[in-house]
Amino acid sequence: MPAPRTLLDKIWDDHLVCSPDGEQPLIYIDRHLVHEVTSAQAFEGLRVAGRRVRRPEATFATPDHNIPTTDRRLPIADPISKQQIDTLRANCREFGVRLFDLGDADQGIVHVIGPELGITQPGMTIVCGDSHTATHGALGALAFGIGTSEVEHVLATQTLRQSKPKSFEVRVEGELHPGVTAKDLVLYLIGRLTTEGGTGYVIEYTGPCIRRLGMEERMTVCNMSIEAGARAGMIAPDQITFDYLRGRDLVPKDFDQAVTRWATLPSDAGARYDRSETFSGGDVVPQVTWGTNPAQVVGVDATVPDPASMADSSDRSSASRALEYMGLQAGTPIAAIPIDRVFIGSCTNSRIEDLRAAASVVRGHSVASRVRAMVVPGSGRVKRQAEAEGLDRVFTAAGFEWREAGCSMCLGMNPDTLAPGERCASTSNRNFEGRQGKGGRTHLVSPAMAAAAAVKGHFTDIRQWRYL
Amino acid sequence: MQPFTTHTGNVAPLDRANVDTDQIIPKQFLKRIERTGFGQFLFFDWRFLPDGSPDPAFELNQPIRQGASILLARRNFGCGSSREHAPWALDDYGFRSVIAPTFADIFFNNCFQNGMLPVKLDEADVDELFRRAAAAEAAGHAYRLTVDLQACEVRDDGGFTRSFAVDPFRRHCLLEGLDNIGLSLKHVDKITAWENAHGLSPLQGGAT
Repeated sequence: MPAPRTLLDKIWDDHLVCSPDGEQPLIYIDRHLVHEVTSAQAFEGLRVAGRRVRRPEATFATPDHNIPTTDRRLPIADPISKQQIDTLRANCREFGVRLFDLGDADQGIVHVIGPELGITQPGMTIVCGDSHTATHGALGALAFGIGTSEVEHVLATQTLRQSKPKSFEVRVEGELHPGVTAKDLVLYLIGRLTTEGGTGYVIEYTGPCIRRLGMEERMTVCNMSIEAGARAGMIAPDQITFDYLRGRDLVPKDFDQAVTRWATLPSDAGARYDRSETFSGGDVVPQVTWGTNPAQVVGVDATVPDPASMADSSDRSSASRALEYMGLQAGTPIAAIPIDRVFIGSCTNSRIEDLRAAASVVRGHSVASRVRAMVVPGSGRVKRQAEAEGLDRVFTAAGFEWREAGCSMCLGMNPDTLAPGERCASTSNRNFEGRQGKGGRTHLVSPAMAAAAAVKGHFTDIRQWRYL
Repeated sequence: MQPFTTHTGNVAPLDRANVDTDQIIPKQFLKRIERTGFGQFLFFDWRFLPDGSPDPAFELNQPIRQGASILLARRNFGCGSSREHAPWALDDYGFRSVIAPTFADIFFNNCFQNGMLPVKLDEADVDELFRRAAAAEAAGHAYRLTVDLQACEVRDDGGFTRSFAVDPFRRHCLLEGLDNIGLSLKHVDKITAWENAHGLSPLQGGAT
């Protein structure tokens, strides 16, 4: 009998092209997602070497990082941004790559449209020049971010040089309490695993708490695996996965046959992981980051930690520096921290369920007078769905701005940025210094927590929220 | 790709952990479509004051560290995004090697694609290098190290020698400055065989 294998083992074995003596193995890449910021130099490399895209039909492009989220009929004001978008267009045309362009109904954040269009499927290998490619692992794919040289390598060969990563089972028992979301869960896990606890590993999230999560919640969890250092996070496909995919544009024509194949992917009983840790979903409370990396996080009912209480000297100096940058005092209750801005969006939390959760908090309330709040749907489809449900009117009636799809203020490459010193409750994935704008202060939270903070003008425990 | 064999140069100590790619090259500089010219933006938000002048408090702006080509840092260097602009900026600024206890995976990988060598040493050894750099600088001169990929060791002229581990294939590619794509395309028959075995339609191929 063959040895029991993990989900990672199965995908790896199936995609191993060759493992030549003295070389790193080559693995086949099923889907390559491309955006404007990390691809121009790769296409240029192909051009210089006279190479073509080996499998354009497996390659999908969309502009997302660097695009305005205001009226799409207006020209892009920044000439350098415009050149980058124009370059993506020209490259897609020249190399025969399908582009979901600005103005296309299906344009959106690359990690939102992949699953949404059925480009992402269980058992696939998926890469993109973006570290949040881990998102796609939620559907049982092996998906990870690569650099531009590797983008060029995949374009030219449809393969990647890769040593097999180690496997790390993160098992979550129990269930989440009401008001506690997938975002809170993953922030909690990062806080315990640390920013580099997953380095060198692919995380497989398992256990009853994970199985209970809906498809979009699973995407939120896998999305942030990189913030714990893991290039990929994955969740075995199940009926929730299959129900999510059925009927999507680019899934296999013989869907039932595909489901039969996908159903063999979950890790076998007795399969061995290189490392395992177990957590309890019931221990998680709504989370708020206080520092400048995602592992610097506490529950909303806690206070800003005191660096002096930290055992490790490097943690202490990082925390002191973070508090200085964030303009926070140790001991301040998290709920007493006032905010200036709210951003609901990003590849972590811009899907329809995220917007529904935020809208249900906001309904009947108004954004606090000192706060500027913004909702940026993850894709054109999410935007239209939200508008069909009237969510846009809930947000705008409360005083939120309702924008076009893109990465927006998650990384602030486009005009959506924080001013120096501004403090933001953000549903995005990184609270690094200057991430949302030089001198800006980012606190990572769930969509419901961000919405409640917009109304109150400070953080508040969503578990006590009075829904109208 | 530029090869990396052995490099001797001045060390710039950057005593910080979790230096993320947003610090190495802030996003406002990712709009360029070239691979070159990013050095002027390296550590931009740390390096320059709001008026555009160099911040005298920033580690790399110390006069004694000008011209340094080996960056010494704390753990989890290069965490965050996949932007290859980070090693491009370090390289363009003049760094040929980064030494730290641990690196983020994508950044680590990206260095090898650009003829730069990231070296992992034990935390205690990195501590020792920080001490030696501080002592040298206190004595008025920059600390010099040799990073030798042929011997897989880091050494100074004061008795410090440590070997480091590196994937043999990556080492080979770096020593020879090999074109990774060209190397992989030697296996094109295997790639085609994989495609055939998996029922993929014959290649349509993009325009060249």
